[in-house]
Amino acid sequence: MALYSEKVMDHFRNPRNVGVIEDADGIGEVGNAKCGDIMKMYLKIKDDTIEDVKFETFGCGSAIASSSMATELIKGKPVADAMQLTNKAVAEALDGLPDYKMHCSVLAEEAIQSALEDYYKKHPEKAPAKE
Amino acid sequence: MRIYADNAATTKMCRAAIDAMIPCMEEQYGNPSSLYVLGQEARELLEQARADVASAIGAQPREILFTSGGSEADNQAIRSAAALGKKSGKMHIISTAFEHHAVLHTLKKLQKEGYSVTLLDVHEDGLVRVEELEAAIREDTCLVTIMYANNEIGTIQPISEIGAVCKKHGVLFHTDAVQAVGHLPIDVKKQNIDMLSSSAHKFHGPKGVGFLYVRKGIRLTNLIEGGAQERGLRAGTENVAGIVGLAAALKEAVANMDKNAAHMQQQRDRLIAGLQEIPHSALNGDATNRLPGNVNFCFEGIEGESLLLLLDDRGICASSGSACTSGSLDPSHVLLAIGRVHDVAHGSLRLSIGEDITPEEVDYIIQNVKEVVAYLRGFSPVWRDLMSGKAKFIL
Repeated sequence: MALYSEKVMDHFRNPRNVGVIEDADGIGEVGNAKCGDIMKMYLKIKDDTIEDVKFETFGCGSAIASSSMATELIKGKPVADAMQLTNKAVAEALDGLPDYKMHCSVLAEEAIQSALEDYYKKHPEKAPAKE
Repeated sequence: MRIYADNAATTKMCRAAIDAMIPCMEEQYGNPSSLYVLGQEARELLEQARADVASAIGAQPREILFTSGGSEADNQAIRSAAALGKKSGKMHIISTAFEHHAVLHTLKKLQKEGYSVTLLDVHEDGLVRVEELEAAIREDTCLVTIMYANNEIGTIQPISEIGAVCKKHGVLFHTDAVQAVGHLPIDVKKQNIDMLSSSAHKFHGPKGVGFLYVRKGIRLTNLIEGGAQERGLRAGTENVAGIVGLAAALKEAVANMDKNAAHMQQQRDRLIAGLQEIPHSALNGDATNRLPGNVNFCFEGIEGESLLLLLDDRGICASSGSACTSGSLDPSHVLLAIGRVHDVAHGSLRLSIGEDITPEEVDYIIQNVKEVVAYLRGFSPVWRDLMSGKAKFIL
């Protein structure tokens, strides 16, 4: 028995899409060092599609794995789909997280949302119409 | 390869303890309270163990009470002193902010019952100041409870001086010596210790067994009611095998104490020197007044749990005071007590080496910690902000 699923450990040991996008179209940072978790997401968007995504994370194993999985789930997808990504989808794709680590998947969802908001701020014409 | 560097969490049992325990299960399995020979054989083993434990700390056999471990011993010692104090209207207890939770949580309960508690500052070096203790003692102080050596940062408190101050003021002195027994020389009489808690699995004995030393004349309060075991102070059939294993392990630890301490201290200091080469890191706790096997560092810009998992992948068992390893949002109360802020307390690493550590293993640990810290900093947004000057380094 290990603390985490094999999937979590795989994404923790070999995180996908680690790094920085220098000319990112959207950047989101959530969490704080006081609580022990910070995630930063960089998005490159072209033709309403997530062309590239990179992340940097300060945090525990499940925070790193959640960031990695979240980037995998949105890379190459339409922006509209990325907007719909939920923490549940991230956790499920990782074959589950311990209850007290679910907040890591929430942070991943929020990091992507925050990067998309930043993108819309820079490109208001792309923002979905407000109801 | 596996390097077990978490001996402050628990230790591997020594051969002497295992060998002493097996006959208690296969041959002398009687109940020490039974009158037939099989029972009385078990009683003899139990009393021999009590005598051995007593002589290891300079106590009398009747002053040793066997318990389920350190937590129970802490609970019973503090509860007993509080009950004695209340009888004479003394309901003030002095302790420190970085005690084990077995002590802190008991004190919190007592506060709800009307006791007042003063927690002494342990300063940046993790050491209590005896003059501050003396100044905190009041007319109504019934107990001073201060740990012998801290479980996270390994700092050794000035126990003899604390004992002398408590004696001078007529206040009971209890010490949680879970990390000290078997590792540091202890003489309860010379050091004026009234009560002392210990746990077998911290010195290569079995888990689930420990003892409380109580100076003759101090009336204990029961935590467990029932039969007349342990002079009526702790009900329940004695864990004979565990107690015999505890005594055997302690005997061996005390016999080899000087040799073990010299070796561990040398390797500990090499480990500290090696890890200090990591930029923006800091040793937690005083460098000299510390347990021979304890190393505890904070590394800025990284989080402790991911550090532990990657070290585990490389065969190194260690621990951390990060929130993620404690199951709460706050990092270790010990690190906060010595003034480490949350941001760096999350990036802590405790390595508690054992007697059998080799110089090659120390080199391996240093090399791997350096690599893993650098790797994690490589994609840490906190580290990026520090390096770019956007945030200021704390360490």
